[in-house]
Amino acid sequence: MKTALSFAMDFGSYAIKGGTKYYAWLLFLGFFILVGSYTAYLQFTQGLIVTGATDQITLESFFASFVFTAHVAAAAVLVVAPGYLYHRKDMKELAVIGEIVAMVFVATGITFVLFHMGRPDRTWHIMPGIGYMNFPNSMLAYDTIVLNVYLILNMIGVVYMLYKKYVGKFEAKQLAIWFKPIVFLAIAWGPLIHIVTAFVLASNARIGSWHTAVLPFAFLSMAGASGPALIILLFLLIRKNTKLVINDSVIDLMTTIIAWSLGIIILVFAAETFTLLYPGTEHASSLRYTMFGHNGLNMYVVWFWGVMVAIVGSFVALLFSKVRRSYDRLLPLVCFVVFVAILTEKPMVLVFPAFSPTPLGEYAEYHVTLIEFFNVLFVWAIGFLSLTLILKGAIGILTGEVRHDKSAVASQSGA
Amino acid sequence: MSEEKIIDLKDEDELRQGRRDFLKHVCTSSAAALVLTTTPSEAVDSASNPDADATVAEYFQGHFLLMSEEEKLKAIARLEKRYSAKYMKKTTVANTPAPDGVLFGYALDIGKCIGCRRCVHACVKENNQSRNDPEVQWIQVMKMPKGNIAFTADQLDKGYPEKSEFGDYGVQVGGNAYKTAGLSTEDAQNYYNDELVPDKDFFYMPVQCQQCEKPPCVKACPVRATFRDHAGVVLIDYNWCIGCRMCQLACPYHARRFNWGEPNLPAEEMNPKTHYFGNRPRMRGVMEKCTFCAQRTREGRNPACQEACPVGARKFGNLLDPNSDVRQVLATKRVFRFKEEAGTYPKFFYYIG
Ligand code: SF4
Ligand code: SF4
Repeated sequence: MKTALSFAMDFGSYAIKGGTKYYAWLLFLGFFILVGSYTAYLQFTQGLIVTGATDQITLESFFASFVFTAHVAAAAVLVVAPGYLYHRKDMKELAVIGEIVAMVFVATGITFVLFHMGRPDRTWHIMPGIGYMNFPNSMLAYDTIVLNVYLILNMIGVVYMLYKKYVGKFEAKQLAIWFKPIVFLAIAWGPLIHIVTAFVLASNARIGSWHTAVLPFAFLSMAGASGPALIILLFLLIRKNTKLVINDSVIDLMTTIIAWSLGIIILVFAAETFTLLYPGTEHASSLRYTMFGHNGLNMYVVWFWGVMVAIVGSFVALLFSKVRRSYDRLLPLVCFVVFVAILTEKPMVLVFPAFSPTPLGEYAEYHVTLIEFFNVLFVWAIGFLSLTLILKGAIGILTGEVRHDKSAVASQSGA
Repeated sequence: MSEEKIIDLKDEDELRQGRRDFLKHVCTSSAAALVLTTTPSEAVDSASNPDADATVAEYFQGHFLLMSEEEKLKAIARLEKRYSAKYMKKTTVANTPAPDGVLFGYALDIGKCIGCRRCVHACVKENNQSRNDPEVQWIQVMKMPKGNIAFTADQLDKGYPEKSEFGDYGVQVGGNAYKTAGLSTEDAQNYYNDELVPDKDFFYMPVQCQQCEKPPCVKACPVRATFRDHAGVVLIDYNWCIGCRMCQLACPYHARRFNWGEPNLPAEEMNPKTHYFGNRPRMRGVMEKCTFCAQRTREGRNPACQEACPVGARKFGNLLDPNSDVRQVLATKRVFRFKEEAGTYPKFFYYIG
């Protein structure tokens, strides 16, 4: 018990110590949390009317962002899996970083869903026992289950791994027997949350552009691109600013995953576009609207083509080993482009245009309001703040600066 | 003929299914009931500030269908009190059960409908929707070009390939090639604002909740706040809905309306004769839609839209009764269901009289 307490204390005090840049970053996030608290207050007192959503386009940026967080959360297993499934030595220690990313992004996603709900105060209605869960009919019920289980699995994984490392007993023999099954379950669960999230959308037969069997594949390949893109950026940052060793081989593996995921995305998009446009049935209306506009409504056209160019461009760029090896310039740039492209693809290509035409033939554009925008930033800021603090503490433990037996010495040298 | 038989069979099935569902609910809800009994319901009556306590009790109330009779009465008393105070008139919240041996159905003659939207406004008045900013309407009337609505004659031989050794009929790309033929909503005008109706080049098609026999909205709702009653009407417990809008995503008829903000219902326009699942005033953040006027039809009256129609285009009745208006229409007219490819089996039929 005492050890656990000192673990939490050491972890916390290391996490909040850093240089000027570190504090500037925390302050930057703090600003959005401050503004966001006010806009969130507005939304929770006035209702979703402060967002741009309407009966025609009923999902707002919160839901779109939620889908994106599911991408990254699912992809985090790509950091965990190589160490445990393929016994790659260089990745075994880093597994915990993958689990931290997964944990934080799932939590962020759940927060987005709460922002999406009209009555977040009634969330307890879905809890079996005190409420009523429409299982096994409702896809959102499944999603609630898999997301929460994933969150718990990763929390257990993170805390246990860090704690073991902290007390200095991280050798395979000294880990509890239940631990490995949990890690493997979490690895399998990653794609699962994503497939279920895809089904939440694909189950709506009336929305032509989601009602397709390729949606889970599109989601998984986008996860494979956006998740590792974020992780490479994190690894490069960590490598530069801390003592944690991350080999080039690890980054190369992530780059390869991004490149081939982008390739699959292109194939999936091409297949979907062809299947819809060639026969040109009613189901193609929505895609045609996104690609070319409709009677002067063409807000999404530039986003669609912009995202396509970014995806194809990044794919081509990653085929050159010069780009892949340019760890301090081109590679982070490409990763950034991939991350942002897939982040903006969610609202501007996947979610908003899918609602047009509505069942009664209406075409509509979605205009994000300022309050909504700051609420999205609010949730992201909280997410990135937690990610920063937890990662920082974890790195302290991984590098051995935070350790149980010499905890007094470690915290002094860390200061 | 065969249509009738199908409806009969399906109904029996559904009824049985419904009863089974109900039993299942009763069994699985004992935990919910436990929680409910611990809510401070006695305190409600005696407290000096009834609103605060009533709000707390209302917050902790369970799914209405899963409540005991006593809890239902308490919940209704709470609501009547709250509404009466808020709208400054005696408000009743009925809990009339759906009649047995009835399957409600609707038939609408798009040959007769003149697009005057009287049904739309009668509905708003009857059902206590938000009045302005925003005005919520449960019925939407589509104004559609007559004839094969998505077909334009001047586009007949336009498009690509223009010229080939087989002639110059560009049928594959361009021209009519991208238009859907048949009853497509593609060219519908939903916000027409004509001084005079009907416009002679158009026909009108009002759309409201189609009370599907296989409602995708019910399937999608994660908390079963929306469900089908044994008279075949799909309803919502406004106090149980969590506002996730999965049902709105699932509905192929754009029939559901969400209370994006606090509903704006002036006290003098409020209709005080309400039903728990029908027209009682809703709160912010919950879903609503046409209930076939549960407060009226459960007491044997006709829906407000049916009464308001000046040309008699709307017929309402019991699909299980061969002599009802609806069944007469089904037996004698050319009838279709809207978007039947969605596989939802609406109990709302359109016909050309
Ligand atoms: S029309 Fe829509 S809201 Fe009405 S029952 Fe069918 S799916 Fe549900
Ligand atoms: S909005 Fe309400 S009725 Fe619709 S699915 Fe969500 S909880 Fe159910």
